[in-house]
Amino acid sequence: MALVGRTAMWWARLRSPYPTGAPFCFPPWRPTGLAADWRLYSSRGKEKLDMSMYPVESIRNFSIIAHVDHGKSTLADRLLEITGTIAKTDCNKQVLDKLQVERERGITVKAQSASLFYNHEGVNYLLNLIDTPGHVDFSYEVSRSLSACQGVILVVDANEGIQAQTVANFYLAFEAQLTIIPVINKIDLKNADPERVEKQIEKLFDISADECVRISAKQGTNVEKVLQKVIEKIPPPQCNTADPLKALVFDSTFDHYRGVIANIALFGGEIQKGHKIVSAHTKKRYEVNEVGILTPSEQPTHKLYAGQVGYVIAGMKEVTEAQIGDTLFFYKQPVEPLPGFKSAKPMVFAGMYPVDQTEYNNLKSALERLTLNDSSVTVHRDSSLALGAGWRLGFLGLLHMEVFNQRLEQEYNMSVILTAPTVPYKAVLSSAKLIKEYGKEEITIINPAQFPDKLSVSEYLEPTVLGTIVTPHEYIGKIIALCQDRRAVQKDMLYMDEHRVMLKYLFPLNEIVVDFYDALKSLSSGYASFDYEDAGYQTADLIKMDILLNGNPVEELATIIHNDKAYATGKYICERLKDAIPRQLFEIAIQAAIGKKIIARETLKAYRKNVVAKCYGGDITRRMKLLKRQAEGKKLMRKIGNVEVPRDAFIRVLKRQTDK
Amino acid sequence: MRGQVRGCPSPIRTVCPWPYCRKRCSYCNFNKYVVPTVDEVAVRACLVQEARTLLRLSQVQSVTSVFFGGGTPSLASPRTIAAVLEAVAGAAHLPVGAEVTLEANPSSISPARLAGFREAGINRSAILLPLQSLDDAELRLLGREHTAAEARGAVEAARRLFPGRTSIDLLFGLPGQSQDAWARGLAAALGLCDDHISLYQLTLERGTALAAQVWGGTLPAPPQDLLADMYQTARAMLVAAGFRHYEVSNFARKGALSTHNLSYWRAEQYIGVGPGAHGRFVPRGEGGCSREARVQTLEPDAWMREVRSQGHGTRRRVVLSPLEQLEELLALGLRTDEGVTHERWGHFSPQLSLQAVFGEPGEAQDLQQQGWLLLDSG
Repeated sequence: MALVGRTAMWWARLRSPYPTGAPFCFPPWRPTGLAADWRLYSSRGKEKLDMSMYPVESIRNFSIIAHVDHGKSTLADRLLEITGTIAKTDCNKQVLDKLQVERERGITVKAQSASLFYNHEGVNYLLNLIDTPGHVDFSYEVSRSLSACQGVILVVDANEGIQAQTVANFYLAFEAQLTIIPVINKIDLKNADPERVEKQIEKLFDISADECVRISAKQGTNVEKVLQKVIEKIPPPQCNTADPLKALVFDSTFDHYRGVIANIALFGGEIQKGHKIVSAHTKKRYEVNEVGILTPSEQPTHKLYAGQVGYVIAGMKEVTEAQIGDTLFFYKQPVEPLPGFKSAKPMVFAGMYPVDQTEYNNLKSALERLTLNDSSVTVHRDSSLALGAGWRLGFLGLLHMEVFNQRLEQEYNMSVILTAPTVPYKAVLSSAKLIKEYGKEEITIINPAQFPDKLSVSEYLEPTVLGTIVTPHEYIGKIIALCQDRRAVQKDMLYMDEHRVMLKYLFPLNEIVVDFYDALKSLSSGYASFDYEDAGYQTADLIKMDILLNGNPVEELATIIHNDKAYATGKYICERLKDAIPRQLFEIAIQAAIGKKIIARETLKAYRKNVVAKCYGGDITRRMKLLKRQAEGKKLMRKIGNVEVPRDAFIRVLKRQTDK
Repeated sequence: MRGQVRGCPSPIRTVCPWPYCRKRCSYCNFNKYVVPTVDEVAVRACLVQEARTLLRLSQVQSVTSVFFGGGTPSLASPRTIAAVLEAVAGAAHLPVGAEVTLEANPSSISPARLAGFREAGINRSAILLPLQSLDDAELRLLGREHTAAEARGAVEAARRLFPGRTSIDLLFGLPGQSQDAWARGLAAALGLCDDHISLYQLTLERGTALAAQVWGGTLPAPPQDLLADMYQTARAMLVAAGFRHYEVSNFARKGALSTHNLSYWRAEQYIGVGPGAHGRFVPRGEGGCSREARVQTLEPDAWMREVRSQGHGTRRRVVLSPLEQLEELLALGLRTDEGVTHERWGHFSPQLSLQAVFGEPGEAQDLQQQGWLLLDSG
């Protein structure tokens, strides 16, 4: 997973001259006075760092985890400043979150790691801050990043307290058996209530209040104390340079000139230029061109040693060659790959079409460029009779989809039609013929056209997620009703304190992919937070619903849906179509059907007149123009039976509703 | 496409809009100007000059009708009307029976003024009254200057002076108008009217006050089905009162059809004189042999400058291709109850008959089977 953006930001900032008189100190490896452009500089034979001066005992690998907007990026800024990794200026305000979507949603999309150098009680420490993307869509990436750490800083807002994502993040770290340093941020705010947050932490996470560090990342209060805690509490990595090379890939980016830059954590051995390495996943062989540390831009070093974190460039041409979670080892010394590797698994699918077919090639090249850096998006060519040529894209989750779409629009100026998202269903086949045809018993269904009939299936399965909701208690009633409406099953309910409640529900994924988050935010006046994690598949009473126009099925509107939701959804689609299809010379029956059974119907009455306006001298030219436009429009309409359906009608029904 | 043979349409019609109004109506986006004073002598001179120039260009022998349209031509003085008619008569033959129509606003015609117009024109004139409504509240909504009582008075006065030759316009589908209110209004109009009525569904035109209110949500938009019901009700009431529904928006009894307007729907030639006027004719005077769509300059001052310097203020001329001419012929002819005659079609398309084009299997034949279209051999 990689949605790049940050490296470039750092780059831009580092190139700009520092304000005169701004206090800053240099990292140990950086000669005084050379404040400019170190990436270019580093590429040309500056003396490389000798990383052997940082043995395992003086290394700490850690992440910062936090709910949206609780101050993770600001704290990272301060840590980088204190250790002299970046200059201290007034501009370091959540500089990492530069994408518009990051700022709008207050999330970190692209993680950026950095090595910090810090002298504590006379010892030089190498502190590797391994950043993580801040959203559950990327929970796999988060878990891989965490597996390179021995501890985490858990940041909680002193005003908002523990939120859904705090809980999810805590459990990720807890299950990975990492040391957790709770930090209560924003104590400078007027409504800050650190005691209450300490009590929540004690109650929910069983961490004593004394362990919490109260800070203001914005003002720099107590931030040094956090660094000291990192050194004192988090153990050094347990590994040995004498072992054979074993490196975890926890992130990767793509550089047009140098190819893939893989971020790695060494679990054993050492690595340097000229080494021949192999990917445990692809089995491909590479020769190392360059290794180095991230500061956070790449800083070449002679070698990297066990316990250290940095990057490797080894002639990989595509990001798919450096998949997150993969293990790298020496060609001649194979090792047991690190556990937990999974290929990126899309959980949400949506069709993407150019608004205008003449834009197809431009959109294609934009997609190619964007996916260069994001191997987790799957792209399959698709075409719809109504929307033309396009693609079916698979995303890790909803946010991932939104980020991708927004970047396409903002960075490539591409306007696209994105269809309502669907989830991958499964069917366990019972028909011997079908099993033979597919070569397996369990198949994944993405396209409704592939939906196998009930008679040849022993059961259908749908993906589920375990959702965590944290809310002020006054909204509980409404939220429980919302969850029940979404077929969710309550798993847990806990009062965190007298005001806040944490709810856990098992949701069918398809019930939350469209508008659940917006509905939750709206009925809780924005106070409830939500997070979810993958919870596998469950059996489900799935059916395929067809939409018929005067008895003829409309292929692109067929959907796979849960039986309980068929009536409401069918009715909704029929109503939307009724508004979207223009009246014609005859009556049109718009029906939703399951098999032969009609479950919803709307009737679009025949058009009764359209030329009642006056038509004399000056009106004639206008009328002829109008008729010509109508004739052009008719050419673009899709005929289903004798019904003419404008492309716009499909768009209105298929398109994701973002205006709710 | 009922076959009905009529005389060969070689003569020409003349359209002359008067582009000034006293007040802007809330629904109107016509090319019109509300100015404190109009230099009528100058406008008159230009209308006369342009009429002469264009008639010379068209090289027609005879003018069969003249229409003075809106803005508000009844604001012009009878002298101006007389001057234009004299110019037309001087440049071509204007038969005694020619239809000369003046669109008159109920608020701008006193019986004396109407009499003046009759003096100015030829005896057999028609007067057309865009009443729009006989309900004071509706008239206010439309931004009309007159009251329902004034409208009644105007119709009565016009009928006395132009018996059997007075027409009224009514608008339906006003925001908030009910089916009953419309039927009542139409019944009242039937009690008042002469032998010709035009009914127009209100079109919300961009840039008008009324459209802004409806699209802004302060006024309700009438539902499509209600509009269709209103139209059907009106048709039934008028037919019951002896009117012939001879065009989509026009009804006449006792043969009082507007021959001028029929010329549009029959795709005959007409010249447009005055700011923003539209014309369709073959400019034989300069050696042309193709029918052209012509538009005169919209803005009156610019139009006058052009007329003075080059004799006419034609701003745009587009040669209509044979296909475009046929498209117009069809789109307009199908608005009438007589349809497109074989003869008229043959005039525009000597090679390919109606039967050859529409008698073959295809969309047109589907429409015939569904009863939307009739192709006969008459």
